[in-house]
Amino acid sequence: MNLLTLIVVLPLTGFLLNGLLGPRLGKSFVTVVGCGLPVLAFLATIRAFGQLDGAAGLALVESAYTWAVVGDFSFDIAFYFDRLSALMTLIVTGVGSLIHIYSTGYMKDDPSYARYFAYLNLFLFFMLLLVLGRSLLVCFVGWEGVGLASYLLIGFWFEDPAKAAAGKKAFITNRVGDAGFLLGMFLIYYALGTLDFDAVNAAFQGPVPPAVSASLVGVLLFIGATGKSAQIPLHVWLPDAMAGPTPVSALIHAATMVTAGVYLVARLNGLYLVAPEASQLIAGIGVATAFFAATIAVVQTDIKKVLAYSTISQLGFMFLALGVGAYGVAVFHVYTHAFFKACLFLGAGSVIHALGGEQDIRKMGGLARRIPVTFVTFAVATAAIAGLPPLAGFFSKDEILWYAFASERGGSPLLWAVASVTALLTAFYMFRLLILTFLTPSRMDHETEHHVHESPWSMTSVLVVLAVLSAIGGFFHVYLFLEPVMPLPETAHALEHLEWPLIILAVVIGLAGLAAAVYVYRGGLDRAERLERRFPGLHRLLSGKYYIDELYEAVLGRPLHWISERVFLGLGDRRLIDGSLHGLASLAQRAAGRLSSVETGQLQQYLWLALMGIVALLAWMWRHG
Amino acid sequence: MDRTQLLLWLSFALFSLGFVGVMIRRNALVMLMCMELMLNGVILSLVTFAERSAMLSGAVLVFLVFVVAAAEIAIAIPIVLLLARRRRTLDVGAWSELRG
Repeated sequence: MNLLTLIVVLPLTGFLLNGLLGPRLGKSFVTVVGCGLPVLAFLATIRAFGQLDGAAGLALVESAYTWAVVGDFSFDIAFYFDRLSALMTLIVTGVGSLIHIYSTGYMKDDPSYARYFAYLNLFLFFMLLLVLGRSLLVCFVGWEGVGLASYLLIGFWFEDPAKAAAGKKAFITNRVGDAGFLLGMFLIYYALGTLDFDAVNAAFQGPVPPAVSASLVGVLLFIGATGKSAQIPLHVWLPDAMAGPTPVSALIHAATMVTAGVYLVARLNGLYLVAPEASQLIAGIGVATAFFAATIAVVQTDIKKVLAYSTISQLGFMFLALGVGAYGVAVFHVYTHAFFKACLFLGAGSVIHALGGEQDIRKMGGLARRIPVTFVTFAVATAAIAGLPPLAGFFSKDEILWYAFASERGGSPLLWAVASVTALLTAFYMFRLLILTFLTPSRMDHETEHHVHESPWSMTSVLVVLAVLSAIGGFFHVYLFLEPVMPLPETAHALEHLEWPLIILAVVIGLAGLAAAVYVYRGGLDRAERLERRFPGLHRLLSGKYYIDELYEAVLGRPLHWISERVFLGLGDRRLIDGSLHGLASLAQRAAGRLSSVETGQLQQYLWLALMGIVALLAWMWRHG
Repeated sequence: MDRTQLLLWLSFALFSLGFVGVMIRRNALVMLMCMELMLNGVILSLVTFAERSAMLSGAVLVFLVFVVAAAEIAIAIPIVLLLARRRRTLDVGAWSELRG
């Protein structure tokens, strides 16, 4: 039985059914197909997981289709199910199914209900292709496909030009990264003649090093990862991607798609183990992204934007772990992050739902009593991301901090220090969000306040499940489970006595963030506004997001616009193409004008012309006859 | 001067007469008649050559040409009639705006 193929094909079926028949067969059909098939895929994944246990640590491999045969190399669509992809598949189908169920409540009154579920299923299909693909090529197809689905869903309400533009921004920014991915893939194929992950890892780990620089390939593929996972310098699209429906932000832009970059690097750990320069770059970019995104999140006022920057920051943590060789730990954080960040986003969706579309936390407050289920689940997830024990985020973040400090593969106190400051900021801005949204006295206008209501059970039940998972998920130590696939790096012996003090310090940092947030925001916005007035420059810089968008606009956008306008449009299109065509047309027109003067309507003149013609013809025939 | 040459000269004279007529007269009916002269000149030369090479098909062809010429005139005369009725003149110059 082709179980892996079944897992991948189920959501595709959902996409086709909902996309083609959904609008005609009505809402209940769409709901059953849209939620049922992902749940079936999840069950199939669990079954495959059981088979994996029976296979004694070996990977399940399944070839579905031979795509192309070039020379003596064939490009197969094959699926590869080892512990890493099994875990990712479980996250994708599990969290994906939950978010599908949540969406039935959240999108209930949307006129494009069927289209929404069709896109969501399409996303799941491509995401499963990405994580289950055995070769870089299949992975790349999924990689592009999730980009497409992300574009479609960010611009889901495309009547709003700002939302459509956000979709385009995401797509184009990702395209920049994809160029790196493609080049890396070409280099691997050129050097090794294969694109299969297992073969590539084995080749780079083998006794004879391949005839290509592992760091070069590693950096190129990492450029692809920075695009998909929103790392500096390609992070600009993710905050704008919040234009999409909130469940989409939870599924694509928090739990699954944005971790594809992490998955790619972890999947190719054999390559990155022999690419220390690329790993250093990854660690540096990761920790820088984590820090800068966290500082921006501190001043954001849109509930979803705070979560978006927090996602970028958490992804930075994952890349930090990858950079210091702790691949399993990075995937551990992917796993815990999927739970608490999905819970936070869905909780934010529930808040937005309750307030009839309001997203500005300055106009919220006092919601804890009004929507208690949302509040409790949101609080659990907030504590989890802030790293308070014994919730899930504590375990994964603590492992990351420890390996950033002590790993023999590039860990350093500097990385640890920056990451710790970031953890402090994380706790601060997340509790700020929680306090401003739920606890402080209400700042809502009367009309909104009157309509506040708890979300339907289809939404709250999902929140509860995710909150429970965020609470207990950390006890399943993923990095130990993954150790057969991705060994953990050695830690420096001289530092091992510091492990416990560092754990305690991490807890203290989390509590300090909580205390700071309580101190600043307990009484509402007054104290924060005083701080703002004291540091106006800093506040402007942070709420301007370091002016990265403006920088790109000045350095890339405007020159590109100028070249398009002046060179391609003005010179190329208008002058060269239009000019030559208009020239030809006016030539024909002028020639016709001249010739038409011959046509006078005088029969005799015509006859003379005919005569001259005949004579000329006869003369010509006489000479050449 | 033998007979063939004589007939060819005659045919040439007929053709030239007709041609000069078409060229210099502006009366539509006269032009039509002159065109018939040209046609006859050509047919005469055709018959002459056909007889010289002892081929009957030439003579048969002459009848065909006559039929076509008759049909042509049958169309041309009514057109000229209509034009003349409208403008009260047979001068072809009066219709030069039909040049299109």
